[in-house]
Amino acid sequence: MTDRPNAPLLEVRSLRVEFETRRGPLVAIDDVSFSIAPGEVLGVVGESGAGKSLTGTAIIGLLEPPGRITAGEILLAGRRIDNLPYEAMRRIRGREVGAIFQDPLTSLNPLYRVSDQLIETIRTHLPMNEKEARARALQLLQEVGIPGAAERLDHYPHQFSGGMRQRVVIALALAAEPKLIIADEPTTALDVSIQAQIITLLKRLCREHGTAVMLITHDMGVIAETADRVAVMYAGRIAEIGPVRKVVQEPHHPYTVGLMGAIPNLGHDVAALTQIEGSMPRLNAIPPGCAFNPRCPKVFDRCRVDRPDPMPVGGSDVACWLYGEGR
Amino acid sequence: MAQETVLQVDNLKRYFDVSKPWLSRVLEGGGRQVVQAVDGVSFEISKGETFSLVGESGCGKSTVARLIVGLYPPTDGSIVFEGVSLSNPAERARHPEKQARMQMIFQDPYASLNPRWRVGDIIAEPIRFRKLLEGGAVKARVGELLEQVGLSARDAEKYPHEFSGGQRQRISIARALAGRPDFLVCDEPTSALDVSVQAQILNLMKELQASLNLTYLFISHNLAVVSHVSTKVGVMYLGRLVEWAETRTLFNRPKHPYTRMLLDAIPDLDMSGRARTPVAGEVPSPINPPSGCTFHTRCPFATERCRAEVPQALSVDGQNVACHAVEEGRLPEWRGLAA
Repeated sequence: MTDRPNAPLLEVRSLRVEFETRRGPLVAIDDVSFSIAPGEVLGVVGESGAGKSLTGTAIIGLLEPPGRITAGEILLAGRRIDNLPYEAMRRIRGREVGAIFQDPLTSLNPLYRVSDQLIETIRTHLPMNEKEARARALQLLQEVGIPGAAERLDHYPHQFSGGMRQRVVIALALAAEPKLIIADEPTTALDVSIQAQIITLLKRLCREHGTAVMLITHDMGVIAETADRVAVMYAGRIAEIGPVRKVVQEPHHPYTVGLMGAIPNLGHDVAALTQIEGSMPRLNAIPPGCAFNPRCPKVFDRCRVDRPDPMPVGGSDVACWLYGEGR
Repeated sequence: MAQETVLQVDNLKRYFDVSKPWLSRVLEGGGRQVVQAVDGVSFEISKGETFSLVGESGCGKSTVARLIVGLYPPTDGSIVFEGVSLSNPAERARHPEKQARMQMIFQDPYASLNPRWRVGDIIAEPIRFRKLLEGGAVKARVGELLEQVGLSARDAEKYPHEFSGGQRQRISIARALAGRPDFLVCDEPTSALDVSVQAQILNLMKELQASLNLTYLFISHNLAVVSHVSTKVGVMYLGRLVEWAETRTLFNRPKHPYTRMLLDAIPDLDMSGRARTPVAGEVPSPINPPSGCTFHTRCPFATERCRAEVPQALSVDGQNVACHAVEEGRLPEWRGLAA
C-alpha cells in the first residue's frame, strides 16, 4: 500500500470539530488530516476521548448538535461531503459509506426481522424489487458466515448471539456495496474467540469487495492484525500516522512509544509495564503547545509553547518537536 | 515461594434457577431451568501468589469470585480460607475476622463508588465498620491509604465524579486495603480502563502485592494481562476449569484445545505474520450445556468418548488438564505462538 496514493477515496483536510457550550467552544478535533486509498484499511487508534469516534461520526455526517464542523473539509472520491444537505448525505450513507458500530444491538432495530432490515437497506440504495432484495439479503447473510442463513433470515435480532449480530451488522453495512466502511470498535463488545472471527471476516470481505475501511479501535492488537496504515490520535489531534509496521514496531512519538510499552504482550516478560503518568487532558484543559507535553518523558521548552504539526520521520508523519528543525 | 495455602476451593458448584415463574410454567408448560454457572471447580492459592481465572463471557469466572467473597452462597462444595471453612453463610457469620481478611475490587469504578459520598468516607467505611481505628486516626489512615495508591491525602475531601476512571480504580483499591486484608479478589479490575491507565493500575497492584505480601485472585478475559500478572492461571469453560498450571507452563505448553484456541485468538502485536486459525462456533448456552466434555462442540479433536463422558482433570508435572485427547495422548504438539 502506498503512503501517498494518487487518488484517495477519502480525504480529510484540516478537520476541526467544536462543541458549543455556555463557557465557549470546546475543540474536540483540531486540525486532523489524513486520507484513505481505495481498498486500504486505515486504523485509527487512541484512548477514550482522543476524538477517534468523533472523526468517524463527522465523516458520515452524524455529528449531533452542539457538535459541528467549524473548519476543514471532507472529500469522498474527490467530492466534498461535509457541507451536503441532510437528504443528500442520507443517500451517501449506506450507499457509498457504510458504518459498523460497537454495539450490534443498537445498530439493529429490535422490532423488525433481520430480513426486513436488510431488504429495506438494499431497496433504499439499489434498484431491486422485494424478491431480488430478499435473495440478495440471503446471499449477504451467507457471505458473512451465518449458519443456516435461510432459516435465520426471518429471525429477530434478539434471537442472534453477540457475534452473529455483529455479522448481521456487517451484512447491513455491505448491503449496497459501499466503497468505504467506517467501523467503530466493531469487536470491542465481543469475546476474544469471536473477535478473531469477526476480524478475519472483515478482512476477507474487504479484500474481496475492494472496500476501504476506517477501523476505529483502542486495541493495538486488532490494528496490527488488520490495518495497512495507522493513525494514533491524542487529545483531538493525530500524533503519528504511518504504515502499520512502522508505527507498531518503530514508534516515534513519545505517546505511541508509551502506548506500545503499556500493552502487556504474551511473548515478552517484563517486570513492570511502561507507564504514561497521568491521563489525557479534558477538552476544556488542553495545555498550550503539544497536548501531550505534561505527560511526556522527553518534554522540552518548545513543546510547552508551540504546537507541532505532523512532519515526516522515517516513513511516518509524527507531530513531535523531537523531530523538528533545530533539534 | 511461600507454600502456605491461603485459599482452598474444592468441587465448588453454584446453580442459578432461571425458570419462568410458577404460574407461567403451569399455564404454558415447561419445566425448571437451571444454569450451572459453576460446576465443580477446585483449586488452591498459596500465600503471596496471583491466581488468575480466564475465560469468555458466561464461563463462570465472576461467579467463582463472588462465591469466594461470600456474595453468593455455593450450591455445593467447600471453600477453606486460612484453614477455616467458609463454605456457607452460617460459617462465614461465625468467622467475621476471616471474612474481613478478604476484600474485592470490582470492574466498573463508576458503579462501585457511591457518588454521594466523599472519597474519604468511602475509604473510611471499612475501618469504621470494623472499628479498627477511631477519631483522628481514621483520617490519618485514609490519607496514608490514598498516598499508597498514588493519590493525594487531600483527595479525601473530593467526590468520585472529580476523578478519572483510573483514579477511581485507585480509590477502589484503597478502600479494599483499608481493612488490612491479605487476600484480594479482583474481578476484571482493568477491563474498563484505557491501556495506558491499565498499565498504571497493574503496576500499582504488583507493587502493593510485593510491599504488603498480598494474595490475589485475579479474574480477567484478557490473556495478555493475565500472563503479565499471574503466578498460576486457570482456564474456565462453561463453569468448569479445563486447565490450570503455572503461568509459564500454561502459556508455553498449553494442552487443552480450548486454551490453545484462546491463545491463538489473541491479536498478534509482534506482526510475525503467523497464520491464525479462527475458531469456529461460540460458547453454547449454559442452560443446556453439551453432554460429556462441554467443549466437544467446538473441539477439532472430539470423539465419541468426548461427547459421552465428562473428562476428569489429570495432573502431569503440576499442569492439570481435563481432556480425553490429552489423556489418550492423541493431541498434536503445540506448535507455539511464534510458529
